[in-house]
Amino acid sequence: MKGLPPVLITAIVLVAGFALCAMQFPNIASTRVVGNLLTDNAFLGIVATGMTFVIISGGIDLSVGSVIGFTTVFVALAIERWGVPPLVAFVAILALSAAFGAAMGAVIHVFDLPPFIVTLAGMFLARGASFLLSTESVPITAPIYSTVSDFALRMPGGGRLTAIAIIMLVIVIGGALLLHLTRFGANVYALGGSRTTASLMGVAVGKMTIKIYMLSSLLAGIAGIVFSFYTSAGYSLSAVGVELDSIAAVVIGGTLLTGGQGSVIGTFLGVLIQGLIQTYINFDGTLSSWWTKIATGVLLFAFIALQQGLVALARRPVAKRVGAAS
Amino acid sequence: MTALLPRRGLAQILALIVILAVDRLVSPQFFDLRLQDGRLFGSLIDVLNRGTPVALLSLGMVLVIATRGIDLSVGAVMAICGAIAASLADSHGLPIVLAAALGAGLVCGLWNGFLVAVLGMQPIVATLILMVAGRGIAQLITEGRIVTFSSPDLVWLGNGSVLGLPVPVVIALGMLLLTGAVVRGSALGLLIEATGGNARASELAGVGTRAMILSVYVWCGVCAALAGVIAAADIMGADANNSGLWLELDAILAVVIGGTSLFGGRFSLVLAVLGALIIQTMNTGILLSGYPPEFNLLVKAVVVLAVLLLQSPKFSGLAGIAARLRRTKA
Repeated sequence: MKGLPPVLITAIVLVAGFALCAMQFPNIASTRVVGNLLTDNAFLGIVATGMTFVIISGGIDLSVGSVIGFTTVFVALAIERWGVPPLVAFVAILALSAAFGAAMGAVIHVFDLPPFIVTLAGMFLARGASFLLSTESVPITAPIYSTVSDFALRMPGGGRLTAIAIIMLVIVIGGALLLHLTRFGANVYALGGSRTTASLMGVAVGKMTIKIYMLSSLLAGIAGIVFSFYTSAGYSLSAVGVELDSIAAVVIGGTLLTGGQGSVIGTFLGVLIQGLIQTYINFDGTLSSWWTKIATGVLLFAFIALQQGLVALARRPVAKRVGAAS
Repeated sequence: MTALLPRRGLAQILALIVILAVDRLVSPQFFDLRLQDGRLFGSLIDVLNRGTPVALLSLGMVLVIATRGIDLSVGAVMAICGAIAASLADSHGLPIVLAAALGAGLVCGLWNGFLVAVLGMQPIVATLILMVAGRGIAQLITEGRIVTFSSPDLVWLGNGSVLGLPVPVVIALGMLLLTGAVVRGSALGLLIEATGGNARASELAGVGTRAMILSVYVWCGVCAALAGVIAAADIMGADANNSGLWLELDAILAVVIGGTSLFGGRFSLVLAVLGALIIQTMNTGILLSGYPPEFNLLVKAVVVLAVLLLQSPKFSGLAGIAARLRRTKA
């Protein structure tokens, strides 16, 4: 890899952005704000970790936002109306979302269909199913919810590292280890590089595809549970458009959308950058929330253009060397 | 029998007839039409009228998909152009309003086309940028409010009628004829299909693939702009948050139902519009049947899956094998 790797550029953008924000509003540079940043973006961090695996493998998963919405409604109804113990409800919804992801992966592989359109159907299906369960917001009053919401590790400076922030950090670290240190992770990269090559090298392409989408949906299910902790309610319209936020985080984190390259840490930094923009807008007070979208769009463009430039640069020296040799 | 019926599009026409029949079952007045104040009223006209935005979007989308691309930004472009039209409507004449809105759509299309054709970005990614940022831009134009207007000219565009038909339907029909004439009346359609079939081979064969790709995105932007203006005219206001929300998915769905492959190549304008009508007939039917509108999403998901499976080469391969097995047994 010549020049700066994309992850490093993401890190520089995050640090520089944080420094600029802190210069204007010194209060941003406190553990309280950082703690809130992690808590507010916990569900996004979890979902984006799963999305990183999917995108590195050369696919895309548009259904994650709907799976989060379905999870919050299902958990709320199970606990409040059906009287299921919370932990049983969590296990049930995780099994359900994993099965949902596996089914999408199976359809993609067996019928050789574009992931984009299959997960689009999955998005409609999960959102429609959550509407069928309930169109109202269902508050959750189970004691475990107040216990989890109240739990927090004190950081120096008065910041609170909440339970859901800790869950997110654990998943990000676990995801990074899984992607970079295991055979499964290596296979994900291989799939994204080239399906045919991967298959010839002995990767079980079908099984891998199913597992990758299963992982993404499972993490979306966990994100849904975290989201229900965050809002203490289940609502079928929650997390609309989260699939776009998480794709944006993955791209800003330096993962190639064509697959084959990327990292979980980069995605985590991408989530933090989006959170930072939101925090800045909250601090400023005069800027409206739609600036978040425009800023995210500009960042997306900048990072994709950068990737395009890097790819072009990587090709050029080879051509020159060939020319010099002849 | 095969001579009487078109070989392509048979499935779509049958699907539409079946859905219409189901609609007739749930609502006995479904086919009733009546003339009032020189305008036709009835559920069928409603279907046409409500289906207009998606039909217009699918006209642009089908060309983009034919070049093996996709345009996710059409919903956001609708919001931008609707916002522009609404904020200019009360201070300027209709020609200026239309020119500004369509011009904005053209610029959006140029941007997408530039990213895909010149910078060589993947279409999903390139148009994702405008999809995310576009709604922000639209809200910037409306300053976060819902801009309302009362200009009778623009309202006519959404609610008026020509020869008994609602104006939006006439516009959509006109756009279908115009697009059809330009694309199929010349070699343009063939060149677009060539670009989608194999861009590299077409480039080598002398097709200006970059110009082709750029122009389909521009056309898609213009169609989205028109859809946005009509949507704004219909409700006499522009809602930057909700105008055209998720319609890009409906437009893609319409194109897929219309039998155009997402892998580029052959396309059909008429079938894409027919796809949009099928979606709308389904929506109207669900509304009339008294089921909650939320049911829509589930039905759509099932339809997408069914159409995809039918189109999948693997699936037809399985069917072929099954047929051969049966023949050998017999």
